[in-house]
Amino acid sequence: MSEKLTIAQLSPGDSAKIVGFSGPTELQSRLVEMGFLPGVLIRLINQSAFGGPFQLKIRDYYVSLRKIDTENIIVEKLI
Amino acid sequence: MMNSNLQSHSKIFKIALLGNPNSGKTAIFNLLTKLRHKVSNYPGVTVEQKMGIVKLNNGRLAELLDLPGTYSLTPESLDEKIVAEEVTKWVHGIHRPDAIISVVDASNLSRNLYLTTQLTDLGIPVVMALNMMDLVKSGTVDHHQLSEKLGIHAAIPMSAKEKWGVNHLLDGLWKVLESPPPDCSFMIPLNIPAIVSTTLEPLTSIFKENFQYSPRLAVAQALRVITRNSALELYRKIIQTLPGLDDNLFEKLIDTRGEIIGQIESLNYSHRILEATLRYAMIDDMVKSIQPDNEKILKQVTRSEKADRILTHKWLGPAIFISIMYIIFHSVFTLATIPMDWIDESIHKIGDIILRTMGPGMLRDLLVDGVFGGVGAILVFLPQILILVFFLSMLEDSGYMARVAFLLDRFMTKVGLHGRSALPLISGYACAIPGIMASRTIDSWKERLITILILPLMSCSARLPVYSLLIGAFIPAKLLFGFISLQGFTLVTMYILGTVVAFILAWIFSKFIPIQGKSSFVMEMPPYRIPIMGSVFHQVFTRAKLFLKNAGQIILAISIVLWFIASFPSSPNSVNGNHVEDSYAGKIGKIIEPVIKPLGFDWKIGIGLVTSFAAREVMVSTLATLYSVDNGENSIVHLSSSLVKDINIHTGKQRYDVLFALSLMVFYVFAAQCMATFAIVKVETNSWKWPIFMICYMSMLAYGASFLVYQGGRLLGF
Repeated sequence: MSEKLTIAQLSPGDSAKIVGFSGPTELQSRLVEMGFLPGVLIRLINQSAFGGPFQLKIRDYYVSLRKIDTENIIVEKLI
Repeated sequence: MMNSNLQSHSKIFKIALLGNPNSGKTAIFNLLTKLRHKVSNYPGVTVEQKMGIVKLNNGRLAELLDLPGTYSLTPESLDEKIVAEEVTKWVHGIHRPDAIISVVDASNLSRNLYLTTQLTDLGIPVVMALNMMDLVKSGTVDHHQLSEKLGIHAAIPMSAKEKWGVNHLLDGLWKVLESPPPDCSFMIPLNIPAIVSTTLEPLTSIFKENFQYSPRLAVAQALRVITRNSALELYRKIIQTLPGLDDNLFEKLIDTRGEIIGQIESLNYSHRILEATLRYAMIDDMVKSIQPDNEKILKQVTRSEKADRILTHKWLGPAIFISIMYIIFHSVFTLATIPMDWIDESIHKIGDIILRTMGPGMLRDLLVDGVFGGVGAILVFLPQILILVFFLSMLEDSGYMARVAFLLDRFMTKVGLHGRSALPLISGYACAIPGIMASRTIDSWKERLITILILPLMSCSARLPVYSLLIGAFIPAKLLFGFISLQGFTLVTMYILGTVVAFILAWIFSKFIPIQGKSSFVMEMPPYRIPIMGSVFHQVFTRAKLFLKNAGQIILAISIVLWFIASFPSSPNSVNGNHVEDSYAGKIGKIIEPVIKPLGFDWKIGIGLVTSFAAREVMVSTLATLYSVDNGENSIVHLSSSLVKDINIHTGKQRYDVLFALSLMVFYVFAAQCMATFAIVKVETNSWKWPIFMICYMSMLAYGASFLVYQGGRLLGF
């Protein structure tokens, strides 16, 4: 078993499996509609300068999320 | 029999086009209607509804409605709300289409199918356009299996980019229109746990009994209204507009929703993610047999990702972005010189021909001074505007603008804007109006409003003629540090001035506008692609048409009227010079002069400031007409040299100098001059408050900044 992290704690290039959400729930509807569901794999690409948004790959596409929102998505890092 | 056949033959079918942002919806719309519409590679470009006519394969015509791209029928931003409202109307029989084309990006199947599964619940026949097949790695998608599992009439593989599959789509479309598929509104495809179904029952039955929904649609709507309040809000309007519905029905919906949310939560389900969780369970199961290996897909590094390693790199990314913008604005000035000289020469040649062939008289003077002088002076700037629009369309179409939003989001939120403000603001460099429309993709109202308020400060292409005229006349064609053209640098400075002040004001507005709102930034990064040249040139062509139409109507009319009021009354005493000064136009200018004198402007500029309320570029045609009338000799004047050579007879000095030019350019950076912009702001903000506020703050800013430049410059001894 690997430890539970948030997407914000991953490094560029890391792959992970979504476990669940934490924190405020407003954004969860949109994230889930975009396919962020427990069990789905993601890969972190990069982060924009000065603590800007993260770019990641999920399913067949690339998407960017603000850092504050990536802190509310809990993942399990894939080795 | 005969009669009903005739009737059905005369019926015009209605078809709606729906899909995710970036699914190629607009490209398919263009292919189907053969009408060209702006295609772009940026989430949320179809911000308005567009209507086109499709010729079906048997020759019958059908209306095709293109709606903004959306991920879900539960709305989040304004453009998504437009779709959700329209769809809600359909299920109540208002503008209900005969068929829906659900556009799906086949290379990004599962997320795109989400919307399709929502559409299949509506009870309207769905034909799926499996677009972007050219990007599918394996080359095929089992479309028979897909359409069978989704319960839709047909799934048609195609590629709008490579232009194949469109005929099959038309065939599929005709089949469902001709013989509507069997009703499956009693079968609920979602695998809903029994306990959840029971809990939802009070809502489901309201939809079934009060709205006469099918069981399938009733369940779907019950799930949707508990997801987001915005989905419930759609019913407020529907209940008000539809006859025969109880006014208390909305209250009943609110109360029932509240109770059910409580029960759902106590069952350890989250109401916000229930619909999506159930739908994806179905979709992922469906797609599993089509796309077996998720981990392999995840590890695939696309060409766009490789490009993004550089283009969205932490430090290289912003540097590349700034360089691109600099090169674009700089080349607008340098690349356009050759076609501009060519147009200039042609206009003079035609003017000379008229002078030689027509006998002297008022008509000849009107034609040469008013029409060729005024309108001709404006036409010269067409190449610059088109080059700018060309570059901006290329950027938008390439997929780069989503990266700009990604790069700038942090900065934008610091000044009270949003990453998604980047595209509206950059398109504001071409014209404020499409920029203001594009702000609809910003989900928070406060950030959207601030974007709209500062947008006219992005120097639009109508200011280019004014900048170019003044720079060409007064800024020496020297090189800075041996390689930067001083003229190009001055132009870029004007753009930077407007942009920087826009950001400062955004920050100030964000502190003072008392609207609360949360925003998020879930933004898809579409794959990079080579811009579709047809679409880019279409945009360039549209801008050219608009510009020429303006020149041929508004500017022509103003030039003619101006010629009259500048030529009369013609006093016999003032044959040599000072002719215009004594005319009606001169008198109007003289009235304004005291107000604008501290900015370094005289009565001639005053006339131009009045006429440019119609459109900013009218300043140039106005000055050209004034100088043409004033010119004793019969020929078209060269405007920039006329400005430089204009001598004030009272002082014996040059009337205009560099400081004047800078002051007037700065005035144009800030001034509120375009009536069309304020009209659109009125529509988009739904109040007079904000357009009036904009006119006030921009006017004060323009006056203040010009005053500082001119008086400051004088103090410093310029």
